[in-house]
Amino acid sequence: MKECVAMLLAGGQGSRLYALTQNIAKPAVPYGGKYRIIDFPLSNCTNSGIDTVGVLTQYQPLELNEYIGNGKPWDLDRLDGGVHVLPPYQKASGSDWYLGTANAICQNIRFIDRYDPQYVLILSGDHIYKMDYRSMLDVHKAAHADCTISVMKVPMEEASRFGIMNADENDVIYEFEEKPKNPKSDLASMGIYIFSWDVLREYLLRDDADPESEHDFGKNVIPALLNDGKKMQAYRFEGYWKDVGTIASLWDANMDLLNPSRPFDVWAKDSKIYSRPQSLPPHFISSTAKVENSLITEGSQVYGDVETSVLFGGAYVEEGAEVAFSLLLPGARVEKGAKVRYSIIAENSTVGSGSVVGESPEDFTDIDKWGIAVVGPGLKVGKNAEIKAGAMIYDDVKEGEVRC
Amino acid sequence: MLTHDTLGIIFANMHENSVREMTQERSMASLPFGGRYRLVDFALSAMVHAGISEVGVVTKSNYQSLVDHIGAGRDWDLARRRGISILSPFSYTSSDGNTAFHGRIEALYAVRDFIEHSTCELVLFADTDHVCSPDFADIIDRHVRTGADVTMVCRDPDPDPENVSNVISVSCDEDGAVKDIMINRFDENYLQSMNIFVVGRLKLLELIEEAHAHAKTFFERDILLDQLGELKVMVYRYTDYVRRITGLKSYYRISLELTDPDTTSKLFGRQTIYTKIHDSPPVRYSIGCSAKNSFVADGCTIEGTVENCILFRGVVIEKGAVVRNSVIMQNTHVCAGADLECVVTDKDVTVTKGKKLAGDPEYPLYIKKKSVV
Repeated sequence: MKECVAMLLAGGQGSRLYALTQNIAKPAVPYGGKYRIIDFPLSNCTNSGIDTVGVLTQYQPLELNEYIGNGKPWDLDRLDGGVHVLPPYQKASGSDWYLGTANAICQNIRFIDRYDPQYVLILSGDHIYKMDYRSMLDVHKAAHADCTISVMKVPMEEASRFGIMNADENDVIYEFEEKPKNPKSDLASMGIYIFSWDVLREYLLRDDADPESEHDFGKNVIPALLNDGKKMQAYRFEGYWKDVGTIASLWDANMDLLNPSRPFDVWAKDSKIYSRPQSLPPHFISSTAKVENSLITEGSQVYGDVETSVLFGGAYVEEGAEVAFSLLLPGARVEKGAKVRYSIIAENSTVGSGSVVGESPEDFTDIDKWGIAVVGPGLKVGKNAEIKAGAMIYDDVKEGEVRC
Repeated sequence: MLTHDTLGIIFANMHENSVREMTQERSMASLPFGGRYRLVDFALSAMVHAGISEVGVVTKSNYQSLVDHIGAGRDWDLARRRGISILSPFSYTSSDGNTAFHGRIEALYAVRDFIEHSTCELVLFADTDHVCSPDFADIIDRHVRTGADVTMVCRDPDPDPENVSNVISVSCDEDGAVKDIMINRFDENYLQSMNIFVVGRLKLLELIEEAHAHAKTFFERDILLDQLGELKVMVYRYTDYVRRITGLKSYYRISLELTDPDTTSKLFGRQTIYTKIHDSPPVRYSIGCSAKNSFVADGCTIEGTVENCILFRGVVIEKGAVVRNSVIMQNTHVCAGADLECVVTDKDVTVTKGKKLAGDPEYPLYIKKKSVV
């Protein structure tokens, strides 16, 4: 028996990351030099003493499966429990893709039952944050709640972009509004739920039987519990939390690591974030390089100028190249004299010499026309090409070509 | 891939007297090198890449750091059914009643049960004083093809002046058959042994039993040289990047060679060098820092000036600190205004505010583990 089993929803396509998630699921997207998004919930689990995690995969699972492997990097290779990748599978009654977040859990009721837990923690693989789930579980237990939802304060003017929880003075939730036009509160759901398993089990089966349901936690299961007067507790989280579902937010979340005034500390030794190691040698900064305000990971080599950027494992910046306000994902290469600004260069892509990728927002009078330029994985940008702000590159760019 | 099952043996303590400063509390095998490695990683990784999945590490003393480094061997993919074993010297008593073994013969005799227990056809054994990334599969293949009793891996003579002690010089004919072996003598017309050998497992047991019964200790002198006529001893000539650590000065010089990308591509380009995983974050370079020509492991924070340096994991160079031509080991903290030149700091050293420390390339200044300067 386990007190608490975590179920991590990792099947999302992350369609708003476009080229970055063509071949990988969103939780496998690289972040912060040596991490992937899924390292955060997995490390939070292991740092919170939760040793049984089901990872629900569906969209492009190959890389994610390989990455998780036996769970050793997160200390989740356990005799009893550990991490288990759970794709949809065929049952005697037939088979189905995961139809929604609730359906994904529902299809794995037997997995959860094997551990006979009192509580189930529902996580998603879309967020960068550090949280001790134990203190959330403590709140859940102390409140004798049926469901506890992690919430954080957001600026009132942005509240209409979130799922908003309206709670009383004891943080008991009485109403849930998805992206309300006129929000009554500034407590946004972080998509992290703890349920008492007997209650969730019942509601999942009930939801499964409802042909009208979209089988989604936010749209169906949470409202159903509220309607029935189940005790819903809000757990207030104060700390860094960022949804990285869009190119802009993914870039922002990486830049936050370089901003000394942001409180997010990935480096705290008592709650490390773990990742699967690449076993690369230390990085090299040459005598022709200039590096400032940046994060540089093992395996990188820098001969050019790097400013306010994150270089992932094995990134390479040739002499005379300039990289600023950008992310060079693992194995990305910027050749001689190329300029990369406000861009994301994905895995193993090369920016040819003399090319210019991305533009500075300061050069735009209408900021809505500006955006981060993205070169998708495994591509070649030919010499002296130009890639404008906000461009999304899916295929090779020819020499001298201009892309918008 | 390996066609002949081979047992790997690494001698963890051999040659540690040559770097006495740094091996007071550790074995030669666990001497930190290259930012994130220990010397043992080079031999271990080469074994793993050659398909060797059964390794014994022979220890004598001071091996706590080695045990900590290797753990269950998982980071080298050696947490296997046979996998890696640390062979501690618990039960050995030498002929003179001493409980510590001397020389390779006594060391091998002390672990003969381990060698007997293996079912491998061959044994490859290596020390950890050479920094290189050899293709052991090719060496083993050559051993089998030549029908040798013993294959010695040799290199061209290295005329480094700090390197003449402990040199085993070897001459061979054009087929590679060994003609002469000289102990502790440098000769520019001879090759030099890299202390890496391949021997048939049963043959090795036989040689060791016999030599030990005659109170012999040194493998090269008492077995190879003694029986040159009877044994077929062949040279495998190694021509890739190799350096031998024979003292603090050569340790310092070889370390700083890693600021040459040509060297690092030779050493790290052929095969992955595995090491213990620390889960350190990427290196943070702050606004206003200056870093040139340096080889930097993860987990460092650089706010000051760094030039021609090897920085190990978790080093902090505060704002206003200047570190040049130095090897800075794990978790060294260099405070503001400190100035370091030609220094080797061991692990967990703190250099306090404004201190100036300088050695010379010919005589680098070594700062002991956990010192506060």
